[in-house]
Amino acid sequence: MDFLRPATWADALAAKAERPGALPLQGGTDVMVEINFDVHRPEALLDLTRVRELAGWDTVDGDTGGGRLRVGAGVTYTRLIEELGGRLPGLAQASRTVGSPQIRNRGTAGGNLGAASPAGDAHPPLLAGGAEVEAESAARGVRMIPAADFFTGVKRNALEPDELIRAFWTPPASGPQYFSKIGTRNAMVIAVCSFAVALHPGERRVGTGLGSAAPTPRRAAAAEEFASAELDWDGRGPLGEAAARRFGELAAEAASPIDDVRGTGDYRRHALAVLARRTLTWAWNDHRNAGRRAS
Amino acid sequence: MASPVRSPGQVAAPGQGGVGDSPLRPDGTLKVAGEFAYASDLWMDGMLWGATLRSPHPRALITSIDVGPALAVPGVRAVLTHEDVPGRKTFGIDRTEDQPVLAVDQVRHEGEPVALVAADHPETARRAMELIAVGYEVLAPITDPRAVLADPEGLKVQERGGITRHQPVRVGDVAAARAAADVVVSGEYEVGIQDQAFLGPESGLAVPAEDGGLDLYVSTQWIHNDLKQIAPCLGLAEDQIHMTLAGVGGAFGGREDLSMQIHAGMLALHTGRPVKMSYNRYESFFGHVHRHPAQMRYEYGATADGKLLYADVEIVLDGGAYTSSTMNVTGNAASLGVGPYEIPNIKIDAYGVYTNNPPCGAMRGFGAVQACFAYESMMDRLAAACGLDPVEIRRRNAVTQGSRLATGQVIDSPAPLAEMLTRLEAMPLPPPLDPSDLRNLPGGVAQTTHGEGVVRGVGYGVGIKNICFSEGFDDYSTARVRLEVIGGEATALVHTAAAEVGQGLVTVKAQIARTELGVQRVTIAPADDRVGDAGSSSASRQSYMTGGAVKAACEAVRAELLALAARRLGGRWAAADLAVVGGKIVSRADGVLGTIEEVLGDEVVEETREYHHRPTTALDPVTGQGSSHTQLALCVHRAVVDVDVDLGLVKVVEMAAVQDVGKIINRTGVEGQIHGGSAQGLGLAVMEEIVVSDGLVRNPSFTDYLIPTILDMPPMRLDILENPDPAAPYGLRGAGEPPTLSSTPAIVAAIRDATGKALNRVPVRPEHIVRGAPWTA
Repeated sequence: MDFLRPATWADALAAKAERPGALPLQGGTDVMVEINFDVHRPEALLDLTRVRELAGWDTVDGDTGGGRLRVGAGVTYTRLIEELGGRLPGLAQASRTVGSPQIRNRGTAGGNLGAASPAGDAHPPLLAGGAEVEAESAARGVRMIPAADFFTGVKRNALEPDELIRAFWTPPASGPQYFSKIGTRNAMVIAVCSFAVALHPGERRVGTGLGSAAPTPRRAAAAEEFASAELDWDGRGPLGEAAARRFGELAAEAASPIDDVRGTGDYRRHALAVLARRTLTWAWNDHRNAGRRAS
Repeated sequence: MASPVRSPGQVAAPGQGGVGDSPLRPDGTLKVAGEFAYASDLWMDGMLWGATLRSPHPRALITSIDVGPALAVPGVRAVLTHEDVPGRKTFGIDRTEDQPVLAVDQVRHEGEPVALVAADHPETARRAMELIAVGYEVLAPITDPRAVLADPEGLKVQERGGITRHQPVRVGDVAAARAAADVVVSGEYEVGIQDQAFLGPESGLAVPAEDGGLDLYVSTQWIHNDLKQIAPCLGLAEDQIHMTLAGVGGAFGGREDLSMQIHAGMLALHTGRPVKMSYNRYESFFGHVHRHPAQMRYEYGATADGKLLYADVEIVLDGGAYTSSTMNVTGNAASLGVGPYEIPNIKIDAYGVYTNNPPCGAMRGFGAVQACFAYESMMDRLAAACGLDPVEIRRRNAVTQGSRLATGQVIDSPAPLAEMLTRLEAMPLPPPLDPSDLRNLPGGVAQTTHGEGVVRGVGYGVGIKNICFSEGFDDYSTARVRLEVIGGEATALVHTAAAEVGQGLVTVKAQIARTELGVQRVTIAPADDRVGDAGSSSASRQSYMTGGAVKAACEAVRAELLALAARRLGGRWAAADLAVVGGKIVSRADGVLGTIEEVLGDEVVEETREYHHRPTTALDPVTGQGSSHTQLALCVHRAVVDVDVDLGLVKVVEMAAVQDVGKIINRTGVEGQIHGGSAQGLGLAVMEEIVVSDGLVRNPSFTDYLIPTILDMPPMRLDILENPDPAAPYGLRGAGEPPTLSSTPAIVAAIRDATGKALNRVPVRPEHIVRGAPWTA
């Protein structure tokens, strides 16, 4: 197994073009576990930790940016929490549930996207927040892939063999965001199922993301439509109990969970309904309180 | 003027770090700093790496094995099968040699070793292993222990039949008591497979010796019992093998059975090279036995005021394919099957059976854990049926000194269970939930609730565990102690074969030597077979047994030292009038006479002693009667939980425990044992299970076999009692296992209290709380 260590983004793209079978490596918190367990043995590892372009984040204005955040694929969970927690609270909450402090110091949302596990903790908030993935190849340059189109199957994503993830783009939160995850212990646990919600009051829209409840992370479109229409965006009136429940039911219906060693499909569906109901309630109450404070 | 007679402590200050003190453990800093050398760190220039090919099937006939392709891999030095076992082809821990060193013509569980590879590099060994072609004729696995019980001749995993051991207990007249009972309650309970989940995987190094023998460095629990099993299989005499304990990263019973010892020995003898074997985490789940899963049926009858009249109990323990410790685990389940309660009429049938499920054997609590979950669940059921408080029902039926156990054995040392419960109940309860910090809530920072759906519950659990080996086993330990002056300072060298597995025995041995010999400097020799058998680091027995042996050897050394002092100090004092305190030879009448160094000079005093505990008897095979245990230990727990009843998630808020340890040798150590045992019991209560379907393990990793983290394990309130057992050294009581028993039922009782669900199975999973049947008395 070759170990490739490009120093620049251009070199990394060239290396990936030349060796499409090379597996990109950031923190190694996923890749190294699979190698240790002998799950697969890639022909080469493409170590991206020296590529400085991936290690930063920025706010991009203008026509393409529109004030969105562009977060390099090498930004660790710890930095997402510490540096971007205020602007991306949903993603920061999800990052806080990843592994142990040591894992969060190494692991990255870019790596999470690359692995594309249905249980990846970063995915639901990226879906709910309306993120796009910036993919790049030496041959064809940059293309933007909406998060909702990025996950194509269990541990499969939309990247071409010669493409690498440069960054993800996402607007800073324009309203409350929550992430919630079921695990069978109180820390360091893989999601049995997870749910993210993001309010976009400017667009009078609710974004969602489900994790560990289908072959891929996915949005709950019907739940989004229901809540977007149901919520009293102008008056900031309360969210009724029945509406919150309906939102939960629709979120659960969006899932196609399986029975596995971590939980039953029935429990996952049930839990998603509870998480969706609770997180929307928290988010809407925050929104109402923010409005009250502003007035 | 003659001095008044004084106690030695008044004339010379005892040194620090003796019995009752809590000196730092010598390995503590190294372990915390990541510098301790575990068995997996063993290294020798030129060594080969061994790998084990294991069966992917729980039950199959082996039709062929072709090692050719593996042997052809460059860097491969040996590929061995059962044909290459130099001596006896089978081994076993309890004199039942039914486990093949390497599978011969069939495999009986997933992960059973089939062939071995030694290569220059571990990766080469693994790659070559995958090239060994094994032909299997796959058979339907036998996986239902109750089906085996119903048809032990038809569903035979072992030649001797389907049942490993049936131990009945018969006391009084259950049928008559049933007719007389005012209240009858019954329940069926199940315990899943718990794993020891020690962090240091099975590892060791085998080095061929020049004389044709072997040096083995292995992380084990019992050096001498390993040797007895290894030598015949390798075709060597026991004295041709020298065994030294390598750094052990936890054991909990999982290192009582052999793992890589014979395999590494075979590869080393075959290649003439040192061979290291170290399992990875996945392999470790197949490399050792687990806790027996149990299916249990209980029926209790009582008077209207809650006095137990009878117990009718069936306990079925699934031991998997080989005998391992199932005989003794079944014996414990029988003798302790109804716990520390006085019950005049008893019928217990405890069974150990063979199946093609994962092999099970020793784990902390050893047969008493499974029964404890059931009998404590029953006590809560009975309390509800009688309209009594759960603590009160336990107090009314509690044993005390003089009570009889189910086996008829009279408890002949303090057993103040009722008092312990009263003390436990009186401890303050934790403050109500503060939901402002997510870490306080069920689900933790995964933020599944901000307080919605969270209900608090409180539960109690009681457990009784036998300490040391039981049922007539001649249980002993050996210690050699040497006292000499090194660099001007009196130094004691303590040498035993007892395995330090993390429990702190090395610290305790040094404390005993300091107390008995009055010296400060104590060196603990590495544990090896150059001294007599110490028995296993299990059954909560090493402070008792090896502590007792070290004490006895020290007493012998001290007697010799004082005799020497009597001679050298001019014959004015008789040895009997002298004592050693704080490094000084002291006369009761005349105070300090001199230092140990002055008396010893160049003399070396060395003594070896064996320590045997009081003999026990076998259980009667028909009535289960007998004084089978040498010591019994009690622990009681109160658990407070917050349960998210909508999601089935649990946060254990606090555990409080009262345990009688007879004498605190090392408070930090005892507290660590109670914390650790409680944490392991918490794991069994709410998360730890090896999930098996059709004989196949579905979660052999720490991703999916979850053990408690620091956010799961709450702070504890401890009340440690010291009611001495006159038969034991210093009056101590083994402390390691009892808290593992009572914490599990206490937590489940608390969850039942919060949820109103029946929860007859551990570990309790979220779906059991959300979807499970309600609890009814």
